[in-house]
Amino acid sequence: MNKKEPFFHIVKRDALPWYQSVGVRAIAIVLALVLCGILTTITTGIDPIEVYKSIFAGAFGTERKTWITLQNLSILLLIALALTPAFKMKFWNIGGEGQVLIGGLAAGACMICLGDKLPNPVLIPVMVLASIAAGAFWGFIPAFFKAKWNTNETLSTLMMNYIATQLVAFYTIVWEVPKGSGKIGIINQNSNAGWLPQIFGSKYLLSIVVAVVVTLLMYIYLNYSKHGYEISVVGESENTAKYVGIKVEKVIVRTMILSGAICGLAGLLLVGGINHTITTTLAGGQGFTGVLVSWMAKFNPLTMVFSSFLIIFMDRGAGEISTAFGLNHSYADILTGIILFFIIGCEFFISYKLQFRKKAEKEVQ
Amino acid sequence: MWNFLLAFIPRAIVQGVPLLYGSTGEIITQKSGNLNLGIPGVMYVGAISGVIGSFLYENSTANLNPMLAILIPMLCCLLGSLLMGLLYCFLTVTLRANQNVTGLAMTTFGVGFGNFFGGSLIKLVDSDVPSIALSATSSYFSKSLPFASKLGWFGKLFLSYGFLAYLAVAIALAASYFLNHTRKGLHLRAVGENPNTADAVGINVSRYKYVATCVGCMIAGLGGLYYVMDYACGVWSNDAFGDRGWLAIALVIFTIWRPNLSILASFLFGGLYIIYLYIPTGMDHMEYQELYKMIPYVVTLVVLVVTSVRSKRENQPPESLGVPYFREER
Repeated sequence: MNKKEPFFHIVKRDALPWYQSVGVRAIAIVLALVLCGILTTITTGIDPIEVYKSIFAGAFGTERKTWITLQNLSILLLIALALTPAFKMKFWNIGGEGQVLIGGLAAGACMICLGDKLPNPVLIPVMVLASIAAGAFWGFIPAFFKAKWNTNETLSTLMMNYIATQLVAFYTIVWEVPKGSGKIGIINQNSNAGWLPQIFGSKYLLSIVVAVVVTLLMYIYLNYSKHGYEISVVGESENTAKYVGIKVEKVIVRTMILSGAICGLAGLLLVGGINHTITTTLAGGQGFTGVLVSWMAKFNPLTMVFSSFLIIFMDRGAGEISTAFGLNHSYADILTGIILFFIIGCEFFISYKLQFRKKAEKEVQ
Repeated sequence: MWNFLLAFIPRAIVQGVPLLYGSTGEIITQKSGNLNLGIPGVMYVGAISGVIGSFLYENSTANLNPMLAILIPMLCCLLGSLLMGLLYCFLTVTLRANQNVTGLAMTTFGVGFGNFFGGSLIKLVDSDVPSIALSATSSYFSKSLPFASKLGWFGKLFLSYGFLAYLAVAIALAASYFLNHTRKGLHLRAVGENPNTADAVGINVSRYKYVATCVGCMIAGLGGLYYVMDYACGVWSNDAFGDRGWLAIALVIFTIWRPNLSILASFLFGGLYIIYLYIPTGMDHMEYQELYKMIPYVVTLVVLVVTSVRSKRENQPPESLGVPYFREER
């Protein structure tokens, strides 16, 4: 051979045993954390051990902080779970943001318009129905276009986000208290009408319980139900799905309605249970983060608990560091981004391996 | 009516320029088969890199050299967005990662990067200025031709912009020519349509993807720079750039992957972006403004649906858009 052989070439691996693939990911996360630590040391000047200590303190420093971490975790997990069935059938729903917002808006609308007309036991079920229906409707629109005319769903769901944001902005001004302030403030502060109940005397537990229940249900739905099976088939190959008699359009619309409905539920929890108000930043970018959480977990609802934990942990920790050093809170986004890049990159080493020149020659002989 | 248009059109164009940069960059990227959802992040990084460069330069000397005041931010901006482009390519082309996920992660990172340095730059370099206001640098960027104001309406409509606005149009026209009338452009389109075939005729697929994506990112980054230096008069405020990056991506579909169409479409979108300021609402019904702000997104959605309903062959995205290429998997 006169042409020089490349120094290495890339070969697809057979499936790695699970402990090795977990190991590769763990190494990636550790490397990412080390890089984050070095970066923090450079920008703030504190020594690296302190960095990790304050990240941990930010997430679990006090009992209240721990509860808030868990609560944030549950909301992010819920949104990631909502997006998962759609991703599994290769429908890129990046409209989680809008679906959460519209669900929250529906809940808020019930609280404001019906708060003094209905007693809480009637009002809360109405809110639940309204926000789930609103989220489902917001998911249905892009799904309908996709199923009917194969409209690009990435962009249509994205546009739906902004339409939802402007709707919320519109109603924020309609309902603003006091007039001219441009925000709604705490809804029904005195009557607490429409505030979701506290369970076991804790205001944090409700969303956590909901997230746990939805995680388990979603796991069962995706792995042990006919619907879940149909979703996987459509995701793997639409032609196969058509061939075995699955109605692809129906599956797309049904799955997106489910996806939107769970996002709407997250919106309900945010408005009715946690914030008791609506702002245009209600979802706070978690519709996008949810995409990454879901993908990092390889669309497995149980693994998603860990991936969303990682994101929330870094977010709270970086928040602590930036508050302590008077830095901007976006510091968390940078650290999250670095971790994501490492995890995205490490997937390569799970599905491919490098064969170096010498080794390859030996195999030939 | 004439006076209204004379006031409206220049503002629409000013709004449209960042979109034009973003969409031109993304069109070139997508023609290579890479769907880069990281463009919003890249535009933030481009903007803040330029800001950092000129902030450091303005604080280091009392007398600004006009050439350096323009060159330093531009080079920093290009470098910043080039690095983002390389990161995206390394992950998606070399490591074959999922493009949507990589893009979204880049947007998270880029927007965070921009807001972080925008909010903390002063503290990090121990400066004593109250806020980032690069008015001196900005005045060089937004300088229009000296005789523009003397030419009445013609000057106002066509000559009243900073040089980056004209550069945007020039780049879009050049990109259009490159894609449709040069051999390299043909190769690039081949890579985006069918990398297997392109590879078979000896085109280096990876190299085309790398170069196209990096150049696309650098063009998009300039859009961020234009926004800060010219439109915002050198004042950085966090999240001010907003969703323009996403609109730029939507514009790619709106213009069916044609940079020359994108010039008009960007200005149209720029107009839609600010049209709410011109629709009378009355003082006690400010809320309707928020509904009018919805117009660009609704229009995009409608266009998206209409083009998919019509489903013409020449209006389709590059065939292998979003699919990583791995030679051994043929």
